[in-house]
Amino acid sequence: MANGSYEGSFQLEFEKPLVQLEKQIAELERHEDAAGDFASEIKKLRASYSTLLKKTYAKLTPWQTVQVARHPGRPQSIDYIRTFVKDFAELHGDRRYGDDPAIITGFGRIGPYKCMVVAHNKGKETKEKIACHFGCAHPEGYRKAMAKMKLAEKFGLPIVTFIDTPGAYPGIGAEERGQAEAIAYNLREMAKLKVPVVCVVIGEGGSGGALGIGVGDRIAMLQYAWYSVISPEGCAAILWKTGEKASAAAEQLHLTAKENLKLGIVDEVIDEPLGGAHRDLSATAEQVEKWIVQSLRELNRYKVDNLVKRRYDKFRALGQTAAS
Amino acid sequence: MSQVPGRSWQEVVDMQQEKSGVPEGLWMRCSACEAMVYRKQVAMNLWVCPECDHHYRIDARQRITQLCDPDSFEPKWTDITPTDPLKFEDLKPYKQRLKDESSKVDHPDAILAGTGYIKGRRIVLAALDPNFMMGSMGSVVGEVLTCAIEHARERDWPLIIVSCSGGARMQESALSLMQMAKTSAALARLDDDGGLFISVLTDPTTGGVTASFAMLGDVIIAEPKALIGFAGPRVIANTVRQELPPGFQRAEFLVEKGFVDRIVERRNLRSEISRIIDYAGK
Ligand SMILES: [Zn+2]
Repeated sequence: MANGSYEGSFQLEFEKPLVQLEKQIAELERHEDAAGDFASEIKKLRASYSTLLKKTYAKLTPWQTVQVARHPGRPQSIDYIRTFVKDFAELHGDRRYGDDPAIITGFGRIGPYKCMVVAHNKGKETKEKIACHFGCAHPEGYRKAMAKMKLAEKFGLPIVTFIDTPGAYPGIGAEERGQAEAIAYNLREMAKLKVPVVCVVIGEGGSGGALGIGVGDRIAMLQYAWYSVISPEGCAAILWKTGEKASAAAEQLHLTAKENLKLGIVDEVIDEPLGGAHRDLSATAEQVEKWIVQSLRELNRYKVDNLVKRRYDKFRALGQTAAS
Repeated sequence: MSQVPGRSWQEVVDMQQEKSGVPEGLWMRCSACEAMVYRKQVAMNLWVCPECDHHYRIDARQRITQLCDPDSFEPKWTDITPTDPLKFEDLKPYKQRLKDESSKVDHPDAILAGTGYIKGRRIVLAALDPNFMMGSMGSVVGEVLTCAIEHARERDWPLIIVSCSGGARMQESALSLMQMAKTSAALARLDDDGGLFISVLTDPTTGGVTASFAMLGDVIIAEPKALIGFAGPRVIANTVRQELPPGFQRAEFLVEKGFVDRIVERRNLRSEISRIIDYAGK
């Protein structure tokens, strides 16, 4: 139901009729005590709201899915950390250059498991968003992630990553400090980590910037997250020569959770509450936590060598070619 | 200055002219210094401008011919061919694109790989091909590279990959993206076993190729002035809204910033690779 908890006045274009109804209902509820009995009216509005919500979300286009994934009220890594990571002890810095706030790392417990959490951070307030470059990490972010993952490996802690980035930051400093090398190094080193690695794409899975903390034994995607080799806008600009074809690009890129499951890129799709994660953090968090705990339980059964071998085989098998 | 011993220069020139895709004619204008240069002389100079030293892009076949001892190269994995897993269609269907591009090269996708010798040293060699969809990495490139890496590991031969690529191939979306993880994972095993990987970066090496295998060489060498980076210069300029510093993302810039070991001119590649193999290979 409309709980009004998502961010202020922001409205997705295709959600406008929904938000309109939400407002009407809220309005009536506010006046109910003072001005009399609107119960039946409210009931009617709620019924049409729920029908419309179902209808809207039953046929989201890929481009609308991208918009949901980017909704400013959508839960971020930090929300999941606050909701179910107990005793979170943040660790800063890459011991090389600095501390990139676009990546959060730290010890924490998820269910019965002591873990290392590695997550993209988009930021909430404007100032924080800017400091995080809206979730676009610099090389020092990827190096921080790897440093903490190696720390986890040393002490036998499983690694849990939350992926939510439009992409790695494309800037002068990022290039000067080796963005490509930082990501490449993570891909190689994650492939051989001797502890379980589970990854959840919670919002945006933007290309190499996402994969840079995304090489794991089990990978899930939230229902309305996207994961692709390039953003739809970037793809449209290159292939259609206009960013306005982003919707067509989103379609062609097969970037939804369902499509990525089909391609074998992810192992599982975690369902979101009706109307998307931005309508209900706690229900979404519960599903995410459940999946992580269950995955860690399964992965704990493997001996280290077998775990690493299976991870290799998993990625080795990805791709589709023909034989001539 | 014989780079391809055992074969006359005339043969090499003929061969390279056939493949070069540069419009025929006795003379050509250098795209870098605008000097009129004798085409045959450019070809003999391994497609480097004799006036200004500009290194022209060359296709995978020429690259391999330039690097390997004559007739020593044996192509492998050429039976791995592209598909259109997403039925991708932009202004042109991917299927059609693949068909059109395949007429420009003599191998099935943007890569040619196999085994050969460089100055008598056994190697596994792969070269990306800019003439096929700008050397972009989709499933075929990733698979062939992984086969090459695994082959080098099994045989304990040095691995050389010459990159020339715009990055991951959009038309295979996340499947292309995963080739970054796949090739890097294969290199992790090679690395664990002490195998030697020499990564050669040529103009251009960008995007998902740079952010995976290309930056994982034990030794990384680059041709002069090659564009090397993660994001494209235009994307960066649009993001930061300021002028990019001179020489930004060029090979010399990467040496200065500490991400490339050596810049090697094309005419010296064979001897430099041989030298590194003698130091680090088995
Ligand atoms: Zn010139």
